[in-house]
Amino acid sequence: MPTEAPQLSWNPVHDLHQVLEYHFMVNAMLASGLVAVMAGLIGWMMVVRRQSFAGHTLAMMAFPGASAAALAGVPAAWGYFAFCGGGALAIGRFSRGEARSVSQESAGIGAVQAAALAAGFLFVSLYGGVLGDLESLLFGNVLGISDGQLLTLAILTALVLAALAAIARPLLFSSVDPQVAGARGVPVGLLSGAFLLLLAAAVAATSQVTGPLLVFALLVMPAATAQAITARPALSLALTVAIGLAVAWLGVGASYFSPYPASFFIATFGFAAYVLVRVAAGARRARRASPEPEPAPPRGVIA
Amino acid sequence: MLSQEFMRNALIAGTAVALACGVCGWFVVLRGQVFAGDALSHVAIPGALAAAAAGIDERVGLFVATVAVAVGIGLLGAGVFAGRGARAAAALPADDVAIGIIFTFILALGVFFLTRFGMSSGASTGIQASRTLFGSIFGLSGGEALLAAVIAAGVLAAMAVIARPLLFASLAPSVAAARGVPTRVLGIGFLALLGVVAAEATQAVGALLLLGLLAAPAAAAHRLARSPFTGIALAAALALAAMWGGLALAYAIPALPPSSAVIALAVGIYYLTSVLA
Repeated sequence: MPTEAPQLSWNPVHDLHQVLEYHFMVNAMLASGLVAVMAGLIGWMMVVRRQSFAGHTLAMMAFPGASAAALAGVPAAWGYFAFCGGGALAIGRFSRGEARSVSQESAGIGAVQAAALAAGFLFVSLYGGVLGDLESLLFGNVLGISDGQLLTLAILTALVLAALAAIARPLLFSSVDPQVAGARGVPVGLLSGAFLLLLAAAVAATSQVTGPLLVFALLVMPAATAQAITARPALSLALTVAIGLAVAWLGVGASYFSPYPASFFIATFGFAAYVLVRVAAGARRARRASPEPEPAPPRGVIA
Repeated sequence: MLSQEFMRNALIAGTAVALACGVCGWFVVLRGQVFAGDALSHVAIPGALAAAAAGIDERVGLFVATVAVAVGIGLLGAGVFAGRGARAAAALPADDVAIGIIFTFILALGVFFLTRFGMSSGASTGIQASRTLFGSIFGLSGGEALLAAVIAAGVLAAMAVIARPLLFASLAPSVAAARGVPTRVLGIGFLALLGVVAAEATQAVGALLLLGLLAAPAAAAHRLARSPFTGIALAAALALAAMWGGLALAYAIPALPPSSAVIALAVGIYYLTSVLA
């Protein structure tokens, strides 16, 4: 850790140099970059499929995962992946066939989440009631990522993105129009289950950076912002990655110069980007809509 | 068991919370607003933390945060922010992406307050945060239990008043609107009530576990009962059963936290109905 509080100067090159001077900051930048790319791309598909609640529930699985791992004495990441994977299978059970309606599906997801949290709380209290690290359990700790964790994260990102690329086209087809896709022989149910597992892997990895409560900051915010800007898939995917990287790096950089954690800045910057784009889109729509009823020449007097 | 004062307080507050959660939860599941309820239960955390950082009563922060966000989500659902025509979208539930984004940002504010609060008052942060997150029903005083009962009675009375029009507006929104039922006001009012329930239940089962009490008994009741008013009664009864059973279990097994026991029973009931029905 730096001995004196770092100061933000007006010279961005100097600031960047100052940040990257420390090995832990380099690791934090690399890890948050990897997570931003993976979460952005998976999140883009999640937003298209309207599975935000499932994504949020998978994020919550990190809590029982981490506390079970602490209880069993294994690395927290093992618990994250075990519980996120189990959660994906449990949600998959409710999200097709057996569920009678959308409301029953979301109730089922809610029940899965509540059960997981209750289990997590039980594990924490069995562990001995030591909740001192609760804050980093819930809100992540990007500044404490080791070289080994970074390597694991890089391999995982490559695997998840390769799998997503392999199923992307049929998945998009079955997300946009499940009935037609099913009739054309696309295995809709299988793809849905596979996507939930990929989402679980991405969420488990993101949890380590932003914490389970703020996974959405990297999962939903860049994707929703990009989809509000453009409807073209390729362009909005590229924008998602760009926004995700910008938000993650700015957030980690800002946390270096202030006492507040990176997850706070990542979520705040992501939210600001989303609100800006929505407001801009609303203004554009209003401008396009106003001359529509009557194209009278003296416009703007009676708005 | 009933000779212990903390147990009597827990039962009074628990009964109140379970009844309010059961009745409101039935409408939450019917209207497909489980995610909104989930978001409300999470914003209780920043509310409590903000109040702690500002040095005022935690409960004030809880209620202000949940009711404010509830009204916000209600307005979103009405299409003010979601970009749809307000009239066409009046009956649609709020966009799940918008809910997720807004409550993530409010949680981020919670992180901010947690850091701030931690810097100003030191060691008690962990305990405070865990109380807000997971509740402390065995630690309620007599006055707090009574307050919970009064609030629950108020919520139930309000639900009794709006139950019929709300049911109409939930099942056939456009017909209800055509018949002059104020569907939009009802939707926002219901979410505000849900905010009150979320804040109240946070004290008992905690912000993170409230969802189980809201969604699981109600979803089970939806599977078991066809008629609305049987369903509402059944949801309240199942929530009550989970609450009482959970409290008794936690009393018998000291290692088991009461919130975990209550939620485990509620989810167990739901799982049983999903297997049987």
